[in-house]
Amino acid sequence: MAIDFQFITSLIIGIAIGAASGFLGAFMILKRMALVGDALTHVALPGIGFALLLGINPFFGAFALLFLAMILIWKLEQRTDLSIETIVGIFFASSLAIGILVIPDLELYEALFGDISRVGLWDGIFALIAAGGIFIIMIKIADKMLMGIISEDLAISSGIKIRRLNFIFLFLVAVIVALGVKVVGSLLMGGLVIIPAAAARNISRSFRQFAFWSSIFGLISAGCGIYVAKIFAILPGPTVILFSAAIFLISLIFKRR
Amino acid sequence: MSDETILSVKNLTVDFNEHAILSDVSFDVKKGEILVVIGPNGAGKTVLFKALLGLIPYRGEIKWQNNVRIGYVPQRFNTSRDFPLTTEEFMQLAPPKNNREALFRSLKLVGFSGDEHHLEHHILGRKLGLLSSGELQRVLIAAALLDKPDVLLFDEPTSGIDIGSEEAIYERLKKLNKEENFTMLLISHDLSVVHRWATNVLCLNKKEVCFGEPRVAITPDVFKELYGEEKSLYKHNHHEMA
Repeated sequence: MAIDFQFITSLIIGIAIGAASGFLGAFMILKRMALVGDALTHVALPGIGFALLLGINPFFGAFALLFLAMILIWKLEQRTDLSIETIVGIFFASSLAIGILVIPDLELYEALFGDISRVGLWDGIFALIAAGGIFIIMIKIADKMLMGIISEDLAISSGIKIRRLNFIFLFLVAVIVALGVKVVGSLLMGGLVIIPAAAARNISRSFRQFAFWSSIFGLISAGCGIYVAKIFAILPGPTVILFSAAIFLISLIFKRR
Repeated sequence: MSDETILSVKNLTVDFNEHAILSDVSFDVKKGEILVVIGPNGAGKTVLFKALLGLIPYRGEIKWQNNVRIGYVPQRFNTSRDFPLTTEEFMQLAPPKNNREALFRSLKLVGFSGDEHHLEHHILGRKLGLLSSGELQRVLIAAALLDKPDVLLFDEPTSGIDIGSEEAIYERLKKLNKEENFTMLLISHDLSVVHRWATNVLCLNKKEVCFGEPRVAITPDVFKELYGEEKSLYKHNHHEMA
C-alpha cells in the first residue's frame, strides 16, 4: 500500500510537470528558443551539485542557477550584436562539465537522468501548486507574449511591456526545469519542454489548439512514461522522453491533413 | 478639413551607433490629412515611424495631440506558414477584446467581401501564415482599425502585393479618410501614391529633402537628390515630373 501511494504521488507530480512543461514549451518553440532551452536545462546540474555540497534541497540549487542563466539570456536578448547560440553552447556545456565534477558519483546518475520514484508528499504538493501557478500566469500573459513574438513593434506600440513579460516567462521556465529535473533529469529535461510542443505544432491550426495539445502531450508522455517504467522496472526519465518522441512521430502522420 | 494639428515634429534626429540615420526632420500633420513619406531604401522612413511610435530613442521633439489613438501597420511581420495562430486569434491579441461583429465590420472596411460564414471560414478561421500577402496586409490594417484609431501609420510592404490589390487598398483607405476624418501617415515606394492620395509629401534621404504639397514640393532637383540621376531619368514618365 505504501509503495502504491509513493507511486501515485510520483505519477501525479510527473503528470503535472509534464503538462506545465508542454504548455511553456509551446511558447519556447514560438520564440525559437528550442535550442537555447535545451542547453539551458544543463545548468541545473551544477546547481544540484552545489546544493548537495551545502546540504540544501537540490530543487533550490537547480532553480538558483537556472534563474541566473535565465537572467543572462534575458540580458542577451536585448543585444543584437552577440550570437546567443554560440555563447549558450559554450556557457552551458561548461556548466554541464562543472556539474559532473561537483556532484558525488552516487547522486550524479539521478541528477543526469532523473528519479521520481523517491519523491515525498511535500514535493508533490509543491509541484502541483507550481504547475497550477504556471498555467494561471501563462494564460494571463499569453496574448501579450504572442503579440511580442509576432511583432515586437506592434506589441510595444500597443503598450505591452515586452521585457517584463520575457522576464516572467523565463522565470517560469526556470521553475519548471528545476522541477522537471526530478522527473527526467537535467540531460533530458529539454526534451520534455520541446518535444510535446513540436508534436502539437504539427497538428494545430490555432494557438488554442497548439497550447492545448502541447500540454496534453506533455501530460501523456509523463504519465505513460512513468507508468511503463514502473512496470518494466526501467528508468522513468528516458521512458518519458521516448513516449514524447513517439507522439511526435505520430503527429507527423497527421500533419497538414 | 480642420486646422487642428494632430502631430508636430521638430528637428527630429535618430542616431544608431553614433551614425545619424535621420537628421533634422520637421513637419506637421493636421487632422484628416494624408501624409505620404517617400525616399529610397535605407532613407530612414521606417525609422521615422518607429520614432513617432516611441519604439526607439530620438532627439528633437515629437508632439502628438493629447490622447490620440494610433493604429500601426508594420511592414514586416514574423509569422511562418506553420505558425499556429488563426486570423481571429491575431485580431484579438491586442486589448480590448472585440466581438465577432466588430471583426466582421473591420474586415469589410478593408475590402473583404462575402457573408459572415464565408469570412469566418476563409479568413478568421484560417492560419495567419496561410493568408496571401495581400490578404495579410488587409488583415493587418483591419486589426489596426479595430481600436478606432485617430491616426493610421501604414508602412507599405516593398514587395509581394500585386498592383491591383494595392490600388484597392488605397481606394478604401482614402474613403475611410474622408468618411471618418481620420489622419493617415503612409510610407510608400510608389510615387503614383503620392500624386494620387497625398495631402502633403515628406521626402527623406537620411534628412528631410522636401515637405509640402506634392506638386510644389517634388521638383526635379528633389527627385534627383532622392533617387539619383539615373533613376530620375528612368522614372521620368510621371507627368508631373516632366
